[in-house]
Amino acid sequence: MLLKNKQKMLGDALLAAGIDALPVEGRSPWRDARERFFRNKAAVVSLALLLLIALACIFGPMLLPHSFDDTDWDAMALPPTLNNWHLFGTDELGRDLLVRALMGGRISLMVGLLATIASVAIGIAWGATAGFIGGRVDTLMMRLVDMMYAVPYLLIAILMVTILGRDFYLVVLTITVFSWMDMARVVRGQTLAIKSKEYIEAAHAIGVSTPAIIFRHIVPNLLGIVVIYTTVTVPGVILTESVLSFLGLGVQEPMTSWGVLIEEGTGVMETTPWMLLFPGLLLSVTLYCANYIGDGMRDALDPKDR
Amino acid sequence: MPEALLSVRDLRVNFQISPAGAWPWTPKKDLKAVGGVSFELYPGETLGVVGESGCGKSTLARGILGLIPASSGEIVWLGKTLSGGSARDWHAARRDIQMIFQDPLASLDPRMTIARIIGEPLKVHRPELGNDEVLLRVKAMMKKVGLREEMINRYPHEFSGGQCQRIGIARALILEPKLIICDEPVSALDVSIQAQIINLLKSLQQEMGLALIFIAHDLAVVKHISDRILVMYLGREMELAEKHALYAQPAHPYTRALLSAIPVPDPALERKKEVRLLQGDIPSPINPPSGCVFRTRCPEAQARCAEEVPAWRTLDNGTRCACHFAG
Repeated sequence: MLLKNKQKMLGDALLAAGIDALPVEGRSPWRDARERFFRNKAAVVSLALLLLIALACIFGPMLLPHSFDDTDWDAMALPPTLNNWHLFGTDELGRDLLVRALMGGRISLMVGLLATIASVAIGIAWGATAGFIGGRVDTLMMRLVDMMYAVPYLLIAILMVTILGRDFYLVVLTITVFSWMDMARVVRGQTLAIKSKEYIEAAHAIGVSTPAIIFRHIVPNLLGIVVIYTTVTVPGVILTESVLSFLGLGVQEPMTSWGVLIEEGTGVMETTPWMLLFPGLLLSVTLYCANYIGDGMRDALDPKDR
Repeated sequence: MPEALLSVRDLRVNFQISPAGAWPWTPKKDLKAVGGVSFELYPGETLGVVGESGCGKSTLARGILGLIPASSGEIVWLGKTLSGGSARDWHAARRDIQMIFQDPLASLDPRMTIARIIGEPLKVHRPELGNDEVLLRVKAMMKKVGLREEMINRYPHEFSGGQCQRIGIARALILEPKLIICDEPVSALDVSIQAQIINLLKSLQQEMGLALIFIAHDLAVVKHISDRILVMYLGREMELAEKHALYAQPAHPYTRALLSAIPVPDPALERKKEVRLLQGDIPSPINPPSGCVFRTRCPEAQARCAEEVPAWRTLDNGTRCACHFAG
């Protein structure tokens, strides 16, 4: 930052002296935002931590000597120990908790990622369409969103699992169906706001065609809020997966997820508290990180803060 | 008289609004934002449009450009009727009619560099030009409006209000249009910057032979730049006159009231000056007064004003005025 200021001062001095400087590189709103984000320590630490957790979930189970469903007969319900790499301890069946937690993380993060992408895509398409078209179509589409809010999602989830059976993608689908409405509302609001901005009117006055206005002027200005809202959606989705798993509607044994592990852990927390502690810790740290990153993004992309 | 560049004939723009607390089936009411405006504009001329806030100046501008559909009336551009015409005619006309907006920063897309902002009209209307040619023209235009060439890759938020308005002017001028509609281009700027921007517009006008429609809400700004001035009140024309005639012999009581409100930069004269303050507020355009719309606030109103809509007539000195007692 300091160096940049110095460069800028030098450039200004050159200009003042009448020396033609090279074209000044414009600072795009995105670059500004990036710099502001990286100045936010909590957000940067959270990003690093989240990346660490993700990498551990991906590569950890490959590097550790245990498999997530192997039983170590000599080490049942063992507290955390350095011995034989049972760093998080084992459960009552002698399965290594660290590997299970990481495998569960794979599922939880994967569900989080997939359901978020799907719900963000649906939300943008739905909200932007309603916002652009406006009028009756808008009213109809948004009332449908209101109706979706009113549907009790747990009941539907239980019904779906009962009828269709347990499946990873069913979980993703269930979560997606009930988490795209927030994004749709936010995007619609933003589209309405942008639609009435003067620069859109200016584009109309120039004679820019409607599709060009949408893709050149409206969509780029929507992206900021979409990015922010995506980071808020991720923890919500992971949490929903945990809730579903906790209720036994998620993945099936011996496969696991953070929600399943926490559910198992609560049952035995008086005798083997580490079974609740570690998965719970991982989940909360992940959620905190995602929330802090979302906060950081919101502050970084808020143009009023410029 | 040369051929008119633009003729506006009895242009009306109505907005349908639901009254407060209306049910969905309550019939909507017409808000007459522009209620029958006619004038001609000749090449190279500046027409000033003045009036209080909410008198329909900006709606008139948008109606001329077709940004808001006209309810009735005609807009004739170079002999071709645009209102109700095809989209292609509008598209062609937009190459020659450009607009400058009131809020300089808000009228620029925050996610575009100014090179792209100024070059966008070229991309739309002259797709045959290559990127290098567009860049060349953008740079030339930036120089013309007083922007340094090396700012070309910057974004709007990095500029001051005056600079943003220069960018807006550059965007409006790059197609070398014949008419520019300026919608209060200086009312969001500091006084010193206002003078700069007005002088810039004036010199560019002489250089490029532009016609201007210059909208403002005070007569002092308009006096400097206009050839003729149109005074509007509640969406209607009150007076249309040559600048000198308007300032020397204002025909309409509303014009006289506006003129008396201009501050005089001489304390002795200012103290002696009689300000004809208008009583009350502008009536609602949903429910305009009968007869002459100005009668509710007019110091010279008589019984006749409530019954009869004053004709839009030409006085001896060429001024056109809508008042029973003018001339």
